[in-house]
Amino acid sequence: MNPIGIVFRRELASYFATPVAYVFIVIFLLLAGWFTFYLGGFFERGQADLVPFFSFHPWLYLFLIPAVAMRLWAEERKSGSIELLLTLPITMLQAVLGKFLAAWAFVGIALALTFPLWITVNYLGDPDNGAILAGYLGSLLMAGAFLAIGSCISAATRNQVVAFILTVVVCLVLLLAGLPMVLNVLGVVLPQFLVDAIASLSFLTHFQAIGKGVIDLRDLLYFGLMIGFWLYANAVVIDLKKAD
Amino acid sequence: MIETRELCKQYGRITAVDGISFRVEAGQVLGFLGPNGAGKSTTMKMIAGFVAPTSGGAKVCGFDVEAQPLEAKRELGYLPEGAPSYGEMTVAAFLGFIADVRGLAGERRRQRIDDAVGRLNLGGVMGQSIETLSKGFRRRVGLAQAILHDPKVLILDEPTDGLDPNQKHEVRGLINAMAKDKTIVVSTHILEEVHAVCNRAIIIARGKVLADDTPDKLEARSRYHQAVSMTVANVAAAREALARLPDVDSVEVDPQDQRITAFPRKGRSIFGAVGDLLKAQGIAVSELQLERGRLDEVFRSVTQGAAKEGARA
Repeated sequence: MNPIGIVFRRELASYFATPVAYVFIVIFLLLAGWFTFYLGGFFERGQADLVPFFSFHPWLYLFLIPAVAMRLWAEERKSGSIELLLTLPITMLQAVLGKFLAAWAFVGIALALTFPLWITVNYLGDPDNGAILAGYLGSLLMAGAFLAIGSCISAATRNQVVAFILTVVVCLVLLLAGLPMVLNVLGVVLPQFLVDAIASLSFLTHFQAIGKGVIDLRDLLYFGLMIGFWLYANAVVIDLKKAD
Repeated sequence: MIETRELCKQYGRITAVDGISFRVEAGQVLGFLGPNGAGKSTTMKMIAGFVAPTSGGAKVCGFDVEAQPLEAKRELGYLPEGAPSYGEMTVAAFLGFIADVRGLAGERRRQRIDDAVGRLNLGGVMGQSIETLSKGFRRRVGLAQAILHDPKVLILDEPTDGLDPNQKHEVRGLINAMAKDKTIVVSTHILEEVHAVCNRAIIIARGKVLADDTPDKLEARSRYHQAVSMTVANVAAAREALARLPDVDSVEVDPQDQRITAFPRKGRSIFGAVGDLLKAQGIAVSELQLERGRLDEVFRSVTQGAAKEGARA
């Protein structure tokens, strides 16, 4: 078996060996439901789609994903198991990828457990299931980008609380960069091409683009590059700081 | 086979390891001694490929740990300081994970796990999660992990730390049993351990090798080497008589238990002469012992000598 797969399996099993997994999944589902039905006005809108569900995902992830990511490397460093992991015959890239993919798969499981919502809209009406699938894909990709950021920051500290807070801040900046009100303010002081550049760096812009049901290669590329960049930085950070 | 050349590690302005070179062959068990903070663990981390040296290099079975890290790591079993592992895993799951990473499969996987579990008596705790185990068991899980793939080279950072005397005895037996065809480096600050398992000892302090010899020869550096200690009824008379012997350099009395130690002049043997003297003088002796030399005394004089030099410099 591939070393990435072995690390992946161990890591994923470790989520379910502790209450972390169950607490996360329950909270995620409760909040997702609450956002959808109360804040999103799922029934009141009278439309058979999952827009109110997906539109709150960025804000849901802002706090929940850093909570998953914070332990990825900080805990390895704190317990010293990082020394064991990195002296096994696997490469740094395999270790980073295996752990990241496990966290991503875990969030994916939580996301997949929202399927009753999909059944509900299909029962109530006749939704565009293609758009819903695209929404799930965009949501999963955005979760991956959040996780990659969190994984990198988690590698820089052995304190999980610090990792959590820093990840929330970085993710918040990347989210806010796409909000119309932020962009309008920036538009007053910055030339348009810079505002566009900032907007194009935002999670929100690309997530909403995919959520419309239009899967553009550029949006996929954006999330791919985002994940790749942060994971590469993750490996570099571990190399620099592993022995501290 | 392990080879290090001019291994150096600096953390900022602090030099943790300062030009350590040695070579350990198969069949050798090298004891790595030194005070806390001497650079023992850092040296081991560099050989294991966890910490990159600032300069110099290390080879494991001919593979450079920086240029060919995977090949070097495959030949190596490593017990890091404090025996870290994944606390939430059961012992069985943890050893299974290590076996998978080490590429063990099928019959050999089962056989190797059974062997390691048997050698370290882990059979009774296989289903328990590691964080619920006692310190001694956790250390043994770490050891099982290190020997799981039957590596040619073993690096064990304080393998008996936290074990009770029985467990220490077992682990020393384990190391001795594996010593024949493996290259083993053991760090410790328990000096009795050096005699129990090592056939070579390196003393390091302040990142430098201060002594590299067999335990016996290190002991011979002690002023207690070939000294004679005894417990007698009449301390004053015995002391006076011993001091008159031609080959005796000095006589000391332990203020606590009144035990007398006679130190020979350099290169002389006094055991026979002391025995004859005591008999001739009719001094009642309840216990008489020829000292081999005291490793702790050699350790202190070697490492503290270095500390004084360092303070002067």
